[in-house]
Amino acid sequence: MPTEGGRRPKLAVWKFASCDGCQLTLLDCEDELLGIAEEVEISYFLEASSATDPGPYDLSLVDGSITTRQDAERIQHIRSVSRRLVTIGACATAGGIQALRNYADVAEFRAAVYAKPEYIATLATSTPISAHVPVDLELRGCPIDRGRLVEVITAFLAGRKPDVPDHSVCFECKLRGTPCVIVAHGTPCLGPVTHAGCGALCPAYGRGCYGCFGPSNSINFSAFIPLLRRDGMDTLDVVRVLRTFNTAAPEFDAASREEARR
Amino acid sequence: MNGGKSRELKLGALGRVEGEGALHLCVHNGEVTEARLKIYEPPRFFEAFLRGRAHTEPPDITSRVCGICPVAYQLSACRAVEDACGTVIDGRLAALRRLLYCGEWIESQTLHIHLLHAPDFFGCDSVIELARIQRAEVERGLRLKQSGNAIVELLGGRSIHPINIRVGGFHRVPTRAELRSLAERLRRERDAAVDMVRWVSGFDFPDAGCDHELLALAEPGSYAIESGTPTAMDAPSTAGLPADADRALPTRAFDVHTFGDHVVERQVPYSTALHSVLDGRRHLTGSLARYAISGRWLSPIALEAARDAGLGDPRQGTVCRNPFRSIIVRAVEVLYAIDEALRIIDTYEPPAHPAVKVPPRAGTGHGATEAPRGLLYHRYTLDAKGTVTGANLVPPTAQNQGAIEEDLRRTVRERLRDGEPTDAELTALCERVIRNHDPCISCSAHFLDLRVHRPHSAAREGNPPTGA
Ligand code: SF4
Ligand code: SF4
Ligand code: SF4
Repeated sequence: MPTEGGRRPKLAVWKFASCDGCQLTLLDCEDELLGIAEEVEISYFLEASSATDPGPYDLSLVDGSITTRQDAERIQHIRSVSRRLVTIGACATAGGIQALRNYADVAEFRAAVYAKPEYIATLATSTPISAHVPVDLELRGCPIDRGRLVEVITAFLAGRKPDVPDHSVCFECKLRGTPCVIVAHGTPCLGPVTHAGCGALCPAYGRGCYGCFGPSNSINFSAFIPLLRRDGMDTLDVVRVLRTFNTAAPEFDAASREEARR
Repeated sequence: MNGGKSRELKLGALGRVEGEGALHLCVHNGEVTEARLKIYEPPRFFEAFLRGRAHTEPPDITSRVCGICPVAYQLSACRAVEDACGTVIDGRLAALRRLLYCGEWIESQTLHIHLLHAPDFFGCDSVIELARIQRAEVERGLRLKQSGNAIVELLGGRSIHPINIRVGGFHRVPTRAELRSLAERLRRERDAAVDMVRWVSGFDFPDAGCDHELLALAEPGSYAIESGTPTAMDAPSTAGLPADADRALPTRAFDVHTFGDHVVERQVPYSTALHSVLDGRRHLTGSLARYAISGRWLSPIALEAARDAGLGDPRQGTVCRNPFRSIIVRAVEVLYAIDEALRIIDTYEPPAHPAVKVPPRAGTGHGATEAPRGLLYHRYTLDAKGTVTGANLVPPTAQNQGAIEEDLRRTVRERLRDGEPTDAELTALCERVIRNHDPCISCSAHFLDLRVHRPHSAAREGNPPTGA
């Protein structure tokens, strides 16, 4: 993205409730890291630098979900000082695994972990960043794919639209030439309803996809759930597999609630 | 800046295990009256929502506690579930798990060494700045890190939250050919690791010690990583020795099944992390503890590098209690992990099956492994169908918190004896003390502003506690 006066664009990386894995992905780009750092000014990235610049920023990458009142306010501020805001990972795009609290009584959760729950202040829900502020682009995955992250940053620098797929894992599976685990072994697989982006990793290791990239854009659950049952999953199994890292994504949430009512 | 005798330093936003914390320090008449690592990382309630899940799920779920050491979570979880079900994974599958863990050690320790810790020794804010003056060393570090990732990617599918680990073993195991090409790369990196140990050993280290018990797993015959018996070494003061004594002291071991009787977690009002104590006393886990407990079992090349780096010979009962020098111990551990990975690959035969069956049964299981940052313990209670009815995770950083606070008190006290430091100096020193223990990635560089409060300024805390 062109900036005034030819200065290097400023990049900021923010953390909310998360495991840090998605922002760590940037440090895992060993081949690209020093190169990226020459093209952008890394203005705010606590995981990597103790120097901080108050902004404004040209590109903000946001990792994590909103689970406290303070964080709900902080994201408003971050949005107001960011030209482009990209959410990275299932926590930021769907609320993450911590959104399992959305189905439970948080007071009870607190009591299960902390002996003196009254010290702990938290919201009853974990919500994605897009529930609070407009988001320019969402990168899926728990964690995101390294290659896609580099693509987003390079496209941003070149001022073009990043190439991020929006088909399903099945599509990538076929591209990769992996035999279908459902067909070959009757292994249940969420590939047909899961967003592409990982390169169909699990089937390549002989495992069914467990949906860590969240729902794909075209989903037909009424046709899909019977396939899981045919391959041996009962109601509890189906609910569990839908309620993991993208549990609060609307499509997975609706399907798991419907299943739980059965 | 501070006219009175009392002062209070607050560092907003440092971090904890995977995230967010702050430092709060009060000094009165030259004495440290309070040194707190405040943790306000939002709670994510893993232990609560693990209840009701299937016994096959904890490895993938708990992996998401920490993006920096997912393998540690997956393998502590596997061990605990397998223990509950009465299954023991040994032989070739156990060797593959150790190989996988070596990959995480290489990746995670080189990350801490180069990206988080080394910049402190050069007065740099980040690795990017460090690369301007130490380009070749940083590039070597990134290559080493990448070779660790390559191991985890081959065995686990990807380096963050690997998909190939399951209770009982793996979904798919590598072929010998796949491991052979990995070995070629590791052989080159082993030489690079020797150079890295030499590089860090040349840094300028302040004199320091730590008067804590040291807790690590012990597995006689090997440097314990993925299994072992919890073993504690006495603190130097119990033997009337100074905190920086470099002698090994008596140890005691306890069965991992009694972990909860020895390591007790307490909640403190200012933190969302639970503090733990070992038999009522402060303890430290991580590289310094492992080196003290298992150092004698390092491979010859690692022992030699340690000796050349000034760490002495652990076979002669030498230990290192200077937290600033932990960076050397980490570097030695990276070298060892590469050497050990090569040893495992050289004798590798694919296991007969990628996993053994682990049928559920009612019971409680315990599992402990050595995460890069220290001992990580999991406990699960299952019902007869394998549904998790109770879960407990004790991460290394929670255990180390008391020791880190004590190190802060000691370091600041000693610094104050040498004259009045500025706030900026004191802040930088405290940040270093915290990073010495690699409390977790974001912790290590999570420092924002410093505010100084006069005694009656009725300062408000920057962030109310919330936890993980
Ligand atoms: S999406 Fe997954 S990998 Fe990314 S921060 Fe959240 S838990 Fe970690
Ligand atoms: S293995 Fe899964 S992702 Fe691949 S084609 Fe079959 S259903 Fe789709
Ligand atoms: S196959 Fe599914 S579960 Fe596996 S990495 Fe890809 S999206 Fe995630």
